[in-house]
Amino acid sequence: MADRIVGRRSVLDGLVLPARNGIVSVIEATPAARFIYRGDPGLIGDAFGIALPTTPMQARASGARAALWLGPDEWLLLAAASEATTVAAAVAGKPAALVDVGHRQVGLSVSGPRAAALLNAGCPLDLDEAEFPVGMCTRTILAKAEIVLWRTASDAFRMEIARSFAPYVVAFLVEALHGIDR
Amino acid sequence: MLLIHCPYCRMARPESEFRYGGEAHVVRPAEPANVSDADWAAFLYMRANPKGIHAERWRHVHGCGRFFNALRNTVTDQILRTYPAGTPQPALDAHAEDGR
Repeated sequence: MADRIVGRRSVLDGLVLPARNGIVSVIEATPAARFIYRGDPGLIGDAFGIALPTTPMQARASGARAALWLGPDEWLLLAAASEATTVAAAVAGKPAALVDVGHRQVGLSVSGPRAAALLNAGCPLDLDEAEFPVGMCTRTILAKAEIVLWRTASDAFRMEIARSFAPYVVAFLVEALHGIDR
Repeated sequence: MLLIHCPYCRMARPESEFRYGGEAHVVRPAEPANVSDADWAAFLYMRANPKGIHAERWRHVHGCGRFFNALRNTVTDQILRTYPAGTPQPALDAHAEDGR
């Protein structure tokens, strides 16, 4: 009985994610450990395995780990779900703030040749690859929801959304897909 | 939609990511206990409200989350310059002050 109680259930369970063959598809990203790091980027550098990017709006990734610049002293750190305690230990005792937001948000992967067009239904940023190249990330808005958007490939984005907004974001993208031609 | 240049993200971003934060460069008295009621009220409530160039605080709330300052022409709604919080108000040349 106990094993059933502690089973992890995604907020997206039971929702139909928008997808159209060969055009665009939205899938849930692998569950991850997530942290917000606030402080001097030099303090955590080696311990996390990736030097935190100090160029605005840049993300660095290596394997399952990624560091996303969100502000001049703020980064979103992603790691495999099993590595949460390892990442927390990397900052222990240092004068910086590390907040576990692993269960606050949920990741979505948006991919396909029309991924940018689908996101632009609610995101006012210019997502042309010349303006928003691979490796760029930022906090922005998608319709009424605040999201973190990261371009992981020419035709693929990772989106981090608050879990309470997940049904809204999915419903919005399903609706927006009707407006995507081709 | 306005495009506002965020001095921390170093790029122009859509207006809907920002919130207005009131007049900039309002300095809190260092010793509030020694300030008269009239001066304290002036600090709390009195704002310039000019017709023309206005230095004001904005926050990139749905972006980097930082406060910064902007010089905006309140007549044309044109944002002439943005600069980081804590830096002095930059001088504008005559052309920019014209607001066009």
